Formats: sequence, structure tokens, C-alpha cells
Amino acid sequence: MSIQIELPHVGESVTEGVIGKWLKNIGDTVEKYEPLLEVVTDKVNMEVPSPFNGKLTAILVEEGEVVPMGTPIAEMDADGVDAGEVVKEPETKEETSSEIIAPASSAGIFLKDVKPVGPTGSGEEPEIPPDLLAKLGSPEAQTTPQKTDNSNKVRYSPVVKKLAAEKNIDLSKIKGTGLGGRVTKEDVINYSPTDSAVKSTTTGQAPVIINAQEDETELKLTPLRRIIAENMVKSNEIPQAWSYHEVDVTNLVLLRKNIRQNFIQKEGVDITYLPFVIKVVADALKSNPLLNSSWGGDKIIIKNRINLGIAMAAPHGLVVPVIHNADTMSIAGLAKYLKNLIDRASENKLTLDDVQGGTFTVNNTGALGSIVSQPLVNPPQVGILTTEAIVKRVVVNKDGAMAIRDMMNVCMSFDHRVVDGAESGNFMRDVRDGLQKLGEDTIIY
Amino acid sequence: MAIKSVIEAVHEAMHEEMIRDKNVIIMGEDIGARGGVFLATQGFVEEFGESRVIDTPLAEAAIAGIAIGTAIKGLRPIAEIEFADFIWPAVNQIIGEAARVRYGTKGAVGLPMVIRAPYGGGIRGGLYHSQSVEAYFAHTPGLKVVTPSNPYDTKGLLKSAIRDNDPVVFLEHKKTYRLVRGEVPDGDYTIPIGKADVKRSGTDISFISYGLMVHYCLEAAEMLQEEGYSVEVVDLRTVRPLDAETILESVKKTSKALVVYEDNKALGVGAEVAAIIAEEAFDFLDAPVTRLAGPEVPAMPFAPTLEDEFMVSAEKIVVSAKKLLEY
Repeated sequence: MSIQIELPHVGESVTEGVIGKWLKNIGDTVEKYEPLLEVVTDKVNMEVPSPFNGKLTAILVEEGEVVPMGTPIAEMDADGVDAGEVVKEPETKEETSSEIIAPASSAGIFLKDVKPVGPTGSGEEPEIPPDLLAKLGSPEAQTTPQKTDNSNKVRYSPVVKKLAAEKNIDLSKIKGTGLGGRVTKEDVINYSPTDSAVKSTTTGQAPVIINAQEDETELKLTPLRRIIAENMVKSNEIPQAWSYHEVDVTNLVLLRKNIRQNFIQKEGVDITYLPFVIKVVADALKSNPLLNSSWGGDKIIIKNRINLGIAMAAPHGLVVPVIHNADTMSIAGLAKYLKNLIDRASENKLTLDDVQGGTFTVNNTGALGSIVSQPLVNPPQVGILTTEAIVKRVVVNKDGAMAIRDMMNVCMSFDHRVVDGAESGNFMRDVRDGLQKLGEDTIIY
Repeated sequence: MAIKSVIEAVHEAMHEEMIRDKNVIIMGEDIGARGGVFLATQGFVEEFGESRVIDTPLAEAAIAGIAIGTAIKGLRPIAEIEFADFIWPAVNQIIGEAARVRYGTKGAVGLPMVIRAPYGGGIRGGLYHSQSVEAYFAHTPGLKVVTPSNPYDTKGLLKSAIRDNDPVVFLEHKKTYRLVRGEVPDGDYTIPIGKADVKRSGTDISFISYGLMVHYCLEAAEMLQEEGYSVEVVDLRTVRPLDAETILESVKKTSKALVVYEDNKALGVGAEVAAIIAEEAFDFLDAPVTRLAGPEVPAMPFAPTLEDEFMVSAEKIVVSAKKLLEY
């Protein structure tokens, strides 16, 4: 039966994708799970596997075109599938409500079957279709790929493989200068990918000037910029309230100072305040589950897992990688995992799993020197919390004495449809008390 | 600083240690009245007397055995084997006994002794005066085996060897004795045993070598530089314990390694170096780890043409290196 294949949804906040390359031609017989095409999205590049055994009968969207998720992109003659049969995405078990499953907009392509590729996935960068290159004005657009049959070219030395993986280079693109056309270490080091065009338009490393007038200069929107903008507009539709609490973190500052040297020596990573904050926020979310939920129109959906998004400034813009099940990790574990996330974010190596599934967001705006900020909720989450700069201040304690203490403000914006002042106040008090309780007795392992 | 030869550095190191520590004694064939066959101990017997500078019979087992005995009793003997080729009668004493004393006494007893032996070919010495013996001893835990390449390293390492509380086999390449000269500071200094030295820094390939071959490696590096290649030369200086850290650091940088040694290739020190690289730096390699070493014949041939064929030379190193550089 003829079945339409739609561009699958590959995660929240990914709304569209660039058809990178068709891996099958019309008329090709395709096995189930065999890669059909490569898709480039804002977050990751991936191969889309075929949902059926059958034959590809039509390609509806050409390479290089940008289409929203769910758009029909191809037709297949599928073996043993009746017309009109719809294969749903698997139900996600994360939410309590069973009614909130996203509509099965993909024709039976399971998220778990979508293999991430490219800079954030298994390392295979999709080949850039010539017409897309032409659109992007790459010099490679004019050249047709040459078939070389240098026997040594396909055998890569360990260091070549290692460097290529580190730099996300597709080795098949490099013309080797070694014995028998072998790709040498030098070749990899000296290779500058002219074919990073798709990548750079999706991630938008550097702003591209599209129109420079005397009075104004126009910058091209990168897909990431656009998606941040769209999310912020979506966020603005949420009725948000905001509050901030003062937290005395003198003991935390002392604790960190005391353990830092040892920790660096033992664990090889620095320990910042952020892992402590994450731990406390995760605990507070546990006792205040309403803050770990989302608005469902006619219901509230409590998330059973505590997946904390951590806002980070990556070279190409804001990214919010997620620490899944943050409540189950130790402070030391969080410190190490954070370092790993930060490193990968700065190298543009986050995977789809890293950026989705967040249930609450923490943003350390204090790192930028801010002492109060009003963040915007990251939909569909209900709350976003910022930690501000730690400053020494004269504080009057409950006995009326003055003391110089390390003080930090904690701010939160929340979806007022879900949470009122009472719940958010309870949550914020739990965060404050949790932070103030940290001290030399705190177990970090 | 004065320019000195390797043999002068040997002489100076022992002379200074004899003065520094009255427990240091020297024994060996022809080392007293004759001043040593290479004049390493010239003037010693006159200065320190026959009780500290002892001419022995032609009995290497006895030389090593007496060294063990005096070392147990607290002296610091330097036992000279006149040529490394003559060391075999002493092997039971060195490998069978000296190497095991520390281990066999649960760490209680060390043997502060040095076995000095001139080794190596390229000097028209034929079958009985040219052999490389380092691999036999380097195989044995409990021994340290030092193989310096220049006067500065020789003096500093020999002093460390004499002061070491465990047995050290100190191998001096005969061809370097008078051929290799270099600056040697006056007075006391030591170089730690077990630490390699980067004799030349480069980025395209690592030559890893020791003894005389270090100089051929440096020559080859110079020749290759004219062709635009940047070569790093690592002088192991000690072949047991091997300085894996320096070897790996170099190879991780250059991704190519040529291990150069004069000894027979199979099961030699270079085989161990190559194995360490393969085990620890596999992910950094861009070409096969390669050994360039002596051929599979049991001794140095006497005919000069054959001896030249046996010896690794700068030209041979260039040929091997280019295969790797162009790989």
C-alpha cells in the first residue's frame, strides 16, 4: 500500500528541518530501519530510518529545502501495511497523564530509532547535497565528487580517526597526501571543511551580514536565533509572576573554599556553586512537585522525573542542556557531569538527548555579574530559577547584631496558571533553606 | 665549562666519588698499575692506594662476586668488566645473585655496586670486543641499566650509579669514549637514573635511541631538516627503568616513532620501547612503530665492510625515517 512518510518530530522545540540528503532514490527497495534520508535540524543532524519494508515511490521534498516537522516528505509502497493505517509514536512514560501524548505526526518513525549523526551524534556528518551547496555559494558546489580508488585511503591510522572524531570531520572528504593516498595526521589537521555550510547555517557560528547600509546593518537570522526568538514569544504568552529571595551562602562559600583544592586534585574538575544549587533545587522540586510540571490546557501535567535544564552561553548562542534525573546524582557527580556538558556545549557536541526532556530550568546569571534578573519561563516548563552573584553584605541577624555575610539572590519566574504565590513561596523557601543548610557537614559524594 | 671526552667524564666521575666517599672502591682487570685499558682509572692506584684500587685476575665471576660481598658489607664497589663481551662468566653473579638480594631479603639488604663495562661496535673490534649486552641485563628486574651517550650525561649518571643503593650495570659505548666530546661542568652534579632526555625537539617524527646511536640519530635529524622535516630525538639514557613518560609524550606529539639501536633487533630494548608505544599511545599513531637495529647475526663481523653493514648509520636512519615520514 502507498504510505506517506512525514518528517518525524525529533524532540521538543525542534520545529523544522533541512532535508540534508536523500540516501535512497525513487524506485529503490528499502528495508525497515534502513536510513532513508539525512535531516539537519537546529539541534542535531540525524538519519531518518525507513518505518517499513517497501519501495520508495516519490520524494516530495527536495534536498536543501526547509520544512516543518510533520510535513509529508516522501511516499512509499510499503509491504503488508494497509492504507490509512497509522503507526503512532510510542507513549512516553514520563508524564502521569496518559492523555498528553503528542499526536503521531510521523508515519511511524520511532524516536528511539532515529540515530543522531553529525557533530552531535555518532560522528558521521551528512554529505552536503550539491544544490544546497550551490545555494550557499560554496566553491565545492561546482565540483562533482570524484571516485578515487586509492587502496590506502580507506585505512585510517588511529590518530587520524581520533582527530577526525574530535573535529567532527568526515574522513571520506579528505584527499590524502600520504603513501597511496593515505589520509595522514597532517591532512586532518590542515583540513578546513568548506562543507560546514549546513552546519554553520544551522548553528550560526558567526553573524552573517546580509545588508549593510550607512545607518543600519542587517544580520541574517540563524536558525538558533530564530528558535530562541520563537520560544521567547511563546514564553511571553504565559502569564508569569516573579519573585526573589535573599540567601545567606556564607557557609557554602566556606565549604567550597575548603574542599576545592582537594576536589580538583581528586576529581580533575573544579567545583563551582552550581552543583550545590542544582542539588538543592532538585530536592526542593521533589517536595514541591507543582513546580515540576507543565500546563496542559485543561489539566496540569506533573513530571515524575526531575530533569534540570541548565542555561549556558555556547559560542553560537544560548543552549539549555538537561541533567536528567538530577535528583539522583551526588554533588560531586553533578560537578563532573556539568563540566562534561559545558565542554560539549562549547564544542557544539550536544546530542538530542542532552537538550530535551527538561522539566525545570536553572540559570546562573550571577556568573555574568547580575544581582537580580527576571528570566522568562522556558515553555512548556512552569518555572525558571536564577542564581545571582554572591556579594558580601552587612546583614542584621535575628538577634539584632550586624555581620558581614556572603549573600546571594535567587530569582524565579513561574507560570501563574499552574502555581500561585503560596506554592512558589514554599518552593523558594525550600531552596533558600536548602542552600543555607549547606556547610561542612554536607556530603558531596 | 670545559670540553671533555666521554672517557674523561668517566674518569672524573669516579675520581670525584673516590674523594667524596672513602667506601668507594674500584676493582677490575688492568685498572691499577695499567690505569685501565681505556685509561679510565689512570693515576687512581697512586692516589688512592692498592686497597681501594684493586687489580684482579682474569676472572669476571670473581670480580662481580667480590663486588657483591663488599657491597653487602657496606662498601660501594665499582667493578669494571674490561669489555662487555667478557661479562658472561659474571652473569650468574649479576643476574642470579645481585639482582635478587634486595627482593630476597624483603627489602632489607641493598647492594650499592656498579658494574661498568665498555660495549658496542663500530671500532673494528671483531667478534669479542664489539657486543651490545644491554638487553640481557635490562630484562632482569632488580637491576638498573644505564647507557649514556655523551660526556655530560656520563658523569652525572655514573655519579648517580655509584651513589645508588642497588646494583647498576653501567654500559659505556666504546666508540663514544674519545669520539664524543662535550661540555662537562667542573664539580659535583648528578643526573637521575631512569629519566630520558630530549636531545632535539621536533614535530614530524620521534627517533628514540640510546648510546652511540643517539649521535647518528642527531646527524640524521640534521640531514632530514634540510629536506624540511622536523625530527625529535629522545635519548633514553637509561634502558631499565625505561622512561615511558618521555617516550609517550614525544610520540603523542609526533605520531610517528622510529626506535634506533645497535643491538640485534629481535627482543632488544627497542622491542620493549615499541611495545610501550603500541600499548599506551595507539590512538596517537599515524604510522607503524618501526625499529631500526642490528641484523640477526650472533656477533660483530671482523671484516670492515661487514662491520659497516652491521652498524646502523645516519644514512640508514634517514632511509627508514623517510619511509615513515612519507607514509
